[in-house]
Amino acid sequence: MNKTLPDKNGHFGIFGGRYAAETLMPALIELEKAYQIARKDKNFQKEFEWYQREYAGRVTPLYYAQRMTESLHGAKIYLKREDLNHTGSHKINNTLGQALLARRMGKKKVIAETGAGQHGVATATVAALFGMECKIFMGEEDIRRQAPNVYRMKILGAEVVPVKSGTATLKDAMNEAMRYWVSSVRDTFYVIGTTAGPHPYPQMVRDFQSVIGREIKNQIMKLEGRNPDVLIACVGGGSNAMGTFYPFRNEKNIAMYGVEAAGYGLHTSEHSASINGGKVGVLHGNKTYLLQDKHGQVRDAYSVAAGLDYPGVGPEHAYLHSTKKVKYVTVTDKEAIKAFYFLSRKEGLIPALESAHALAYAMKITPRMSKNKIVVICLSGRGDKDAQTIIETNEI
Amino acid sequence: MKRIEEKFATLRTRNEKALIVYLTAGDPSLDITKKLIFALEKAGVDILEIGVPFSDPTADGPVIQAASQRSLRSGTTLESVLKMITEVRKVSEIPIVLFGYFNPIFAYGVKNFAQSAHSAGVDGVLVVDLPYEEAKELRKYTDSVGIDFISLIAPTTDKERLKKIAAKASGFLYYISITGITGTAAPKIENIKKEVQNVRKITTLPIAVGFGISQPEQAKGIGRFADGIVIGSAIVRLIDENKNNRDLEKIVSRYVSEIKKALKSK
Repeated sequence: MNKTLPDKNGHFGIFGGRYAAETLMPALIELEKAYQIARKDKNFQKEFEWYQREYAGRVTPLYYAQRMTESLHGAKIYLKREDLNHTGSHKINNTLGQALLARRMGKKKVIAETGAGQHGVATATVAALFGMECKIFMGEEDIRRQAPNVYRMKILGAEVVPVKSGTATLKDAMNEAMRYWVSSVRDTFYVIGTTAGPHPYPQMVRDFQSVIGREIKNQIMKLEGRNPDVLIACVGGGSNAMGTFYPFRNEKNIAMYGVEAAGYGLHTSEHSASINGGKVGVLHGNKTYLLQDKHGQVRDAYSVAAGLDYPGVGPEHAYLHSTKKVKYVTVTDKEAIKAFYFLSRKEGLIPALESAHALAYAMKITPRMSKNKIVVICLSGRGDKDAQTIIETNEI
Repeated sequence: MKRIEEKFATLRTRNEKALIVYLTAGDPSLDITKKLIFALEKAGVDILEIGVPFSDPTADGPVIQAASQRSLRSGTTLESVLKMITEVRKVSEIPIVLFGYFNPIFAYGVKNFAQSAHSAGVDGVLVVDLPYEEAKELRKYTDSVGIDFISLIAPTTDKERLKKIAAKASGFLYYISITGITGTAAPKIENIKKEVQNVRKITTLPIAVGFGISQPEQAKGIGRFADGIVIGSAIVRLIDENKNNRDLEKIVSRYVSEIKKALKSK
């Protein structure tokens, strides 16, 4: 991984970039300038850290999952407890950063897209915190699947805008948020929730989420006196995975696995595995792997985990796939649900269905590893929001 | 001389303004799109923008979004649109600009696309999500076959950026009259006038104005200072409302004739 990536136009190798409508380009350039100044500004970083600590509850623990480890008879498993963040997932790391930047830029209105609702809740939360007007775009299908998060956003004072187009999920919510942004760009800040979108979003979100990996690095050094052998995180757009992997980019001998959602299986069209089942293309402002037909029409993604239900992936993940620094693997709905129960019953931790994909992959590989190996899994969020989905799978 | 350049030159000698019309190819079918092209040419349309449908048209309002969906459902692809244009070219010399998003072109292969579009008789391309910074990967191929790269200027584009874009643009410049997506608001003519005059100081290229124009009066007002106007959503809506009407071509022709008349009146 090269420290200088992305380049000045936001490219990670052939990926990334700024494929956006002209109306948005000046705003993206303004944002990029503001961000490059902020990231080097000690006061900005100090303020950001203060909110992460005092408001979001960082540092999150690196928890040794003893019962999980023992029942899998293999490598020692640690869970990075992002589920313990305020609002219940890693999403707040990024929304705090972007809201502070929005405030610095004098923007008083924020918008966001959301799939599972976690990013929507995290955005509505910081909007309330900083007294900003907030609109969240959410697909109608997701509004139905993730009702508790919809109520949370409304309680926090955000307006939830239902999106009916397409399959009424995350992709369509992002389309609609971009359309709204085109019309309101002069006074509105778009808080993108993942390491996707046009430059500088993939870089900015990565930087804000990198606190996850930095903490893991310090914590594991204190606990074990060395780096982990394996890092595992789920990948939809890929923000928790990028946050986990990035600080380890220059380390050797660490196997990093990004786990994509295979839904009903890669042999079906019902999955969200953009890297494993897609081709390179351009959507939502960046060039990356996309689920699409041979004519370049974007296909609908599917996963039981609403937060992974996106037909693209962050451009830096596409790049890390091309350099083979990170291995991208898949886990089906069924395997994820099994892992969801496994962690709930072995450790008393109900994981988000998204994070359950990372857990499921760990369940596949750790039994074959020796007991002196160390595996760190990013437990990106808590699973209370998924109760309804689990009930509907009839596996309760 | 290239078709677009020639069209603007001819209009200039007649002291006329260009009427540019957008159609979503394949809505309701490519056959009907072809018939409409001929009808529109007869009714006085000067340049056609042929929209290639895309699954995620993030710069388009509800009317063109719905048209794109209908077109995709009827099986339209970039390949079939180019085939339709090839047929149009056998009998017509009307300048044609392909309008769309980058991914279908990227999936087709940029190099192949430039060659196919050129041999089909396409005169220009307008790719909404391919701004100045990213344009090279397509222009590398389209420039060399003589396809114009039509560039967009938005109300948010500042002077410095405008200069960079104009220096590289060809065919004509497309000024977006509203800060928004297609067909969703009526532009304020006085504001656009000022903006277009600013663009004029920087370029000798013709300037067309579009997004949100639907009435003859607007066309007339904007035609006083711009070199052309673009009608999109209004005509796409008219086609959808009358797609089962035997007189579809007549209805659409009548509408554009009125706009053309307004553009000509001083």
